[in-house]
Amino acid sequence: MLSYSLKRLGLAVAIVSVAMLLLFAMIYLIPGDPAAVALGPRATEAMREALRIKMGLDQPVWIQFWNFFINAWQGDLGNEVLSNRPVAKVVMEQLPSTLALIVGGMAWSIALGIPLGCWTAVKRGGMADRIVGVFSVAVIAVPSFVVAIYALLIFSVSLRWLPAIGAGEPGDIGDQLVHLILPSLAVGLGWVGYIARMVRASMLEVLEAPHIRTARAFGLPDRQITYRYALTIAILPTVTLLGVGIGQMLSSAVFAEIVFARPGVGKLVYDAILTRNYPLVTGAVLVTTVLFILINLIADLVVGYLDPRVRSRL
Amino acid sequence: MNVLGIRNLNVTFGTEGGPLRALRNVSFDVPRHRIVGVVGESGCGKSTLINAILGLLADNGQVESGQILFEERDLTQMDSLEMQAMRGSRISTVFQDPMGALNPVISVGKQMLHIQYRSDLGRTEKNARSVEMLRRVRIPDPKSALSRYPHEFSGGMKQRIAIAMAMMMEPVLLIADEPTTALDATLEVATIELLQELQAQIGCSVLFISHHLGVIAELCDDVVVMYAGEVVERGTTRQIFHDPLHPYTERLLRCDPAGQSTRTRHLPTIPGEIPDLRDPPKGCIFADRCDRRETICETAPPEVEMGGHRACCHRVKP
Ligand SMILES: Nc1ncnc2c1ncn2[C@@H]1O[C@H](COP(=O)(O)OP(=O)(O)O)[C@@H](O)[C@H]1O
Ligand SMILES: [Mg+2]
Repeated sequence: MLSYSLKRLGLAVAIVSVAMLLLFAMIYLIPGDPAAVALGPRATEAMREALRIKMGLDQPVWIQFWNFFINAWQGDLGNEVLSNRPVAKVVMEQLPSTLALIVGGMAWSIALGIPLGCWTAVKRGGMADRIVGVFSVAVIAVPSFVVAIYALLIFSVSLRWLPAIGAGEPGDIGDQLVHLILPSLAVGLGWVGYIARMVRASMLEVLEAPHIRTARAFGLPDRQITYRYALTIAILPTVTLLGVGIGQMLSSAVFAEIVFARPGVGKLVYDAILTRNYPLVTGAVLVTTVLFILINLIADLVVGYLDPRVRSRL
Repeated sequence: MNVLGIRNLNVTFGTEGGPLRALRNVSFDVPRHRIVGVVGESGCGKSTLINAILGLLADNGQVESGQILFEERDLTQMDSLEMQAMRGSRISTVFQDPMGALNPVISVGKQMLHIQYRSDLGRTEKNARSVEMLRRVRIPDPKSALSRYPHEFSGGMKQRIAIAMAMMMEPVLLIADEPTTALDATLEVATIELLQELQAQIGCSVLFISHHLGVIAELCDDVVVMYAGEVVERGTTRQIFHDPLHPYTERLLRCDPAGQSTRTRHLPTIPGEIPDLRDPPKGCIFADRCDRRETICETAPPEVEMGGHRACCHRVKP
């Protein structure tokens, strides 16, 4: 398990490095002079030249990349344009709120998706199976910003059950959780459908496996066969899928944060793009990328923990 | 005294092309302490027979009529909880595929612990029993084997672990569905000897399924020959191998290239195909492929018995 974890960690570091290279290439290839953009139209050529030297833009491209690379690994993502505060600090301030949103979305999709998938697999062909099937396809098809807007209209505006905007009083966990319910539902609802379908399909496959027949032939109770013998295997592809799904949840988070006026990295990037605050955009994208890779790393480790065959193969 | 008595068993699968009659009027006995072999080409209904006995037929399968008497009780009349109570404690099973028969994500020790769930023993005693069973099937270092996973064992070892699990609860009846088909010849011999040894120690009856005549001849006391869902002949191993009555049995023995006493890994092949079980012929089921077919074969043959040796063929005269 240890060597498996180390190998996975090494791979993650390599992927982050490649992501940095791509991100750097992207910034580099954007037409226009970053110094001119940063200083605005009324700056003089001398001021621009001074900033270019300060930003290292006069250096050869590979040195620029090297500096970017080394600084980024040390947590220095440069300063943002408007207030000149360190980008890393600004992004980190917003990160907890986005993380809460994504963890909330995952919680919805796991807490509803896995039982629904399991239940419909056991009761396949029945009424419940068909209803859940239609429901799953429906929520997969509806974009998350539509869910966000309707959730807001129904539960906040009409029913007044839940707060409409903001992230809740700082320091008041209960209030923050109440504010999290609707946005996280908007982020996670589509994934309820995905996971329900995915778990159902792999459960059906696993329930046909010879070892399940063996378990039945030994007279093990149905509950134990479903949850201990079948679900622990059927869950594995879903864990991997969830890791990948984080990417989509991150993009849904942008909409959820805008609709519900929540602070967060998505809202930050949105505002930064509108104000052409490029260092902030790249910094936020890099942090999100690392987050994505980190969550996939965790998903891989969870699969390795659950599946001894994977553990020994690596 | 019979441990198992199958009486006129009919099993049907619902398919798109209509009901498929996979077992038709199957009858035979498994007497106490005896090993009964069931032999026949693949697709003749051997696995269906086992699943019917275990109450594990696929969702589209159904026992239409007949009885499965196990220790005087009819298994076809039991509800699913009563059947579950039989499986693993009174009736145990070893399946064909040793690669897939054990759960890949649960350690061997845990799986052996789970199947002892009905026992009153404590966890340590149950584990001790598992170690003892693994030792009896000659798994090296049985204690550490408990914490290992199925993929860490070879095919032959996995099959021995499966046998250990099946024998652990000291069943009255052991069902073995082609347990050696996936193994190579040396392992096959070892596995057969192991089964014989454990059967003698525990004193159970065995229903042994195979399409491999050499193994049947060596291991079994009685033989049931199946063809396309019907029992065409049954008797003692000696009767079947030395004095076959049914043309199908004769052909099976003749198709076994090296003869009955040597092993072969090939399926017996007989020209022609098994009839469509959705629309089986009215008369003798084997008539289409029989080289001694007569006009009378278009009517159903009677079962003829001579000293416990039975066959369903018009040519057999008592
Ligand atoms: N679930 C099922 N649905 C429809 N037909 C089946 C099903 N299971 C088995 N059969 C059919 O029943 C017959 C007997 O199959 P099986 O018992 O698996 O044979 P064997 O084990 O002797 O190879 C075959 O014709 C097979 O196609
Ligand atoms: Mg079979």
